[in-house]
Amino acid sequence: MSASTSWQAVIGLEIHVQLSTVSKIFSGAATAFGAEPNVQACAVDLGLPGTLPVFNGAALDLAIRFGLAVGADIAPVSIFARKNYFYPDLPKGYQISQFEQPIVSGGVIRARLGEQVFGVQLVRAHLEEDAGKSVHDAFHGASGIDLNRAGTPLLEVVTEPVMHSAAEAVACLKALHTLVRWIGVCDGNLQEGSFRCDANVSVRPGADAPLGTRCEIKNLNSFRFIEKAIDYEIERQIRVLENGGVIRQETRLFDPARGETRTMRSKEDAHDYRYFPDPDLPPLIVDPARIEAIRAALPVLPDAVRSELLSLGVNGEHAELIASERELYSAWQALRTALPGEPKLCANWLCGEWLGALNAAELAVSAAPVSPAALAGLLTRIVDGALSGRMAKQAFEAMWTSGESADQVIERLGLKQIEDGDALGGLVDSVLAQYPKQAADYRAGQDKMLQFLVGQVMKASRGQANPAQLNALLRARLGR
Amino acid sequence: MSDRDLAPLHSLRDLAAELADGATTPAALLEQSRAALDACAGLNALITRLPAPAAPGASGGHPLWGVPYAHKDLFCTAGVRTTAGSKMLADFVPPYSAHIHERLDAAGAVLVGKANMDEFAMGSSSEHSAFGPVANPHDPSRVAGGSSGGSAALVAARAVRFATASDTGGSIRQPAAFCGVTGIKPTWGRVSRYGMIAYASSLDQAGVIATSAVDCAIALQCIAGHDRRDSTSQALAVPDWLDQLDRFDLQGLRIGLPTPMYGEGIDVEVLEAVAEARRVLEQAGAKVVDVDLPNAGWAIAAYYVIAPCEASSNLARYDGVRFGHRAEGVRNLEELYTRSRTEGFGAEVQRRILIGSFALSAGYYDAYYLKAQRVRRLIAEDFARAFEHCDLLLSPTTPTPAFRIGEKLDDPLAMYAADVNTVAVNLAGLPAMSLPCGYVGRLPVGLQLIGKSWDEGLLLAAAHAYQRRTAWHRVLPESLR
Amino acid sequence: MKLTDADVRRVAQLARLAPPDAALPALAAELGRILDLVEVLDTAATDDVIPLRQPGDPILPLRADAVTESDQREALQAVAPQTAGGYYLVPKVIE
Repeated sequence: MSASTSWQAVIGLEIHVQLSTVSKIFSGAATAFGAEPNVQACAVDLGLPGTLPVFNGAALDLAIRFGLAVGADIAPVSIFARKNYFYPDLPKGYQISQFEQPIVSGGVIRARLGEQVFGVQLVRAHLEEDAGKSVHDAFHGASGIDLNRAGTPLLEVVTEPVMHSAAEAVACLKALHTLVRWIGVCDGNLQEGSFRCDANVSVRPGADAPLGTRCEIKNLNSFRFIEKAIDYEIERQIRVLENGGVIRQETRLFDPARGETRTMRSKEDAHDYRYFPDPDLPPLIVDPARIEAIRAALPVLPDAVRSELLSLGVNGEHAELIASERELYSAWQALRTALPGEPKLCANWLCGEWLGALNAAELAVSAAPVSPAALAGLLTRIVDGALSGRMAKQAFEAMWTSGESADQVIERLGLKQIEDGDALGGLVDSVLAQYPKQAADYRAGQDKMLQFLVGQVMKASRGQANPAQLNALLRARLGR
Repeated sequence: MSDRDLAPLHSLRDLAAELADGATTPAALLEQSRAALDACAGLNALITRLPAPAAPGASGGHPLWGVPYAHKDLFCTAGVRTTAGSKMLADFVPPYSAHIHERLDAAGAVLVGKANMDEFAMGSSSEHSAFGPVANPHDPSRVAGGSSGGSAALVAARAVRFATASDTGGSIRQPAAFCGVTGIKPTWGRVSRYGMIAYASSLDQAGVIATSAVDCAIALQCIAGHDRRDSTSQALAVPDWLDQLDRFDLQGLRIGLPTPMYGEGIDVEVLEAVAEARRVLEQAGAKVVDVDLPNAGWAIAAYYVIAPCEASSNLARYDGVRFGHRAEGVRNLEELYTRSRTEGFGAEVQRRILIGSFALSAGYYDAYYLKAQRVRRLIAEDFARAFEHCDLLLSPTTPTPAFRIGEKLDDPLAMYAADVNTVAVNLAGLPAMSLPCGYVGRLPVGLQLIGKSWDEGLLLAAAHAYQRRTAWHRVLPESLR
Repeated sequence: MKLTDADVRRVAQLARLAPPDAALPALAAELGRILDLVEVLDTAATDDVIPLRQPGDPILPLRADAVTESDQREALQAVAPQTAGGYYLVPKVIE
């Protein structure tokens, strides 16, 4: 960076969120991913002569749910408009989208970067149909068009240009990604294209300078690539400007192999989209009662979950983890209900042993061999002293492979912690008899011998001695 | 005019009774239709003639069961070529049918052909067809009108009892007037547009042409009503129009004469025929009053902005990729689009696409499309105010009878200007009919009736009442006398 | 309104139409006359008038979210000019 100029990057994001409906936004064809080409493109999706769009009410509900979750305004009247341009993956020669009067306006995404929390204001979110897909290398001299995806409902979320680093942009995206999955409006599958981001990047010589010319980077489909692409683009623009050049307003693609952005070839100058309200679709009027019903059904949101956990003393990392996945939160809630006095124990086990085992086995939360209820059973035995921490881990492994409950495993493996004073006393006596020298050494002042003797009793008890009780008993027998 | 010049009094109701008691059969009707189609082949009214029209299934008692009819070639018919009068769709055989076709099929009506028309419904003469112009049965040197010229000509030639048609700026009413038959364009939203190839979505409406109001009522009743596949189709119950028609009395009917529709440029003989029709109605007890439509002067301009704008977008799907004409030997995608479209669309269609693309383009949207839609509201409000003083409006359908083939082809604006009495109705979405009310020599003159939204019943009833007192709708083309 | 040949070419490109160069002047004149016809709209007083988009000002009906279309690829591609392996083919597009 030039010593004389303190460049500020200005970044805005446009995210296309594929809504989780079973059928398309304007037709009854299926939206499932991965089908054979064009088997999920009906006559309406293909734009065949005389076909007409019919709007899917579930897409509206998901848009409203999103809008409420980010504190945005829901438009009582919104309009579908045609965005006209020619491209092979756009069957009608226009995309049905929203131009003036979108369904959602405003709202804020709360993002975290390290310890810092910041808000990213949204301009709007609007409904539109997705285009199809092209394959360019499967046919000699030709491109193949698959219109299965054409007509899939999208919510296009547009942020204000209020981010100033790639890291901030990625933090915003991650927060948005978590949120849309959390509230069930999108499955967030980046590989399948359910969540696609375009970044608008410009730089200016200082926070008070007028905005510079921006470039749009398209089709970024991983958080890592997004960060690299934006970083590269910022550097590129600064370099150009410092060398006395000008930034051309253009669309660029990210080349992951080279780690660079480059101009899209054959992209014409700014399209004239000739937006006008779609005459085949009357205005969308939203009944306030519908909005209230959706509001009432909104789950607790990640931000609130995180705060709640932190206030209970759960550590930051665990709170973050639990607040990133609705299913994890449900699991947490099950544990919390069973053990209301043990938030930290629950969080430790949930995020540690349990999640660790799930990740190692590459299983989803819903497929866990040890259910949250079963885990709660195990944690209860720790709290009531039947199991030491160490034995509990052993028990957990056994539960994971056998599917048994904690009590069943404890019974079968004889894992119950020994707390019976007589039984423990017997073990202590026998060890002291076995190691008279170490006992005498301890009595003479060698504190370290206690450790050794505790270890021996533990071994003799096959790890089942209650450590605290054992310690107390041993010291009583040894006289100090 | 002698009785030999008139078709016998015989409605679809009479026909249905004859079919019900075996006095005639669908096969016999089909044979008559076949002979009549052969006889009028010179009119070029058909693009596709079904070689073997399917016999209807068992009669469900529907009044259209067994009745031969034609579709304007704008309506998709599964397995039967549908061209919209265009080279772009010259070989298009849709795998689905229009909603109105499903209704007629379910009723047992028998499709015998797809009628010729102005390409993509853009035109007022049926000369802008890729398949040649349609001649007027009353005088084959003249146009049948457009864009539903083929439908009107077939009915006038008595080759079918009724035909489906569409009306965006007058395309049912004007050909009906030129061919001496009766046509109805219902309220926008009354008939589903699913499977009707789109021209200008907010103006297009499907309707029917037949030889009488009674027959129009029967045919329209069959195709009208809600269809979930069309988001602009109204979920309103369809009244029993025949019942309304039978019980109607002209006494006390208030008829408005919209001053702007009697402007200069209307032939004297047309005005006289319409005046005579008015007298017939007055004698039967109707009351006539002058009304104004102060903003009607903008109607042509508003129409020729809105329609081309919507058309330019509706026709973007014709790109040679998934269906329709595809140019040969293209070297890249741009050429595929540009050559397929330039080859596939005729001159009038290209003109309107260009006007529409221009009017929607950056910087012009407010001044053209948006402005036209505001004016449209003013025109609709004018009609609403007029209807405070009357039950329906009466005017000439067109300024002149049918003009000669080729006469207006070089002057698109002259062609547009002749739509002066019809386009305002589409802008307001109102129902309207044209019915014959006289002749200038051999050429029919049409009378337009305009009703309030959803009031097709009154229109049909008034038209029927007029037709019970007159015989203009029964006058046969000379060649059939 | 007066349109130049360049205006016509620009609009034609928007619409993916290619009238031959020789036809441009006549087309420009014709389109210009049509625009003159519609320009009278300028003089209409329409401040505060709500645009009429669809007669009767209907509202949008909502559809239930359900899959109602089955695989019809064969029938739907029967009308296609060029397909292979279920894909529609176009000249190669470079992105």
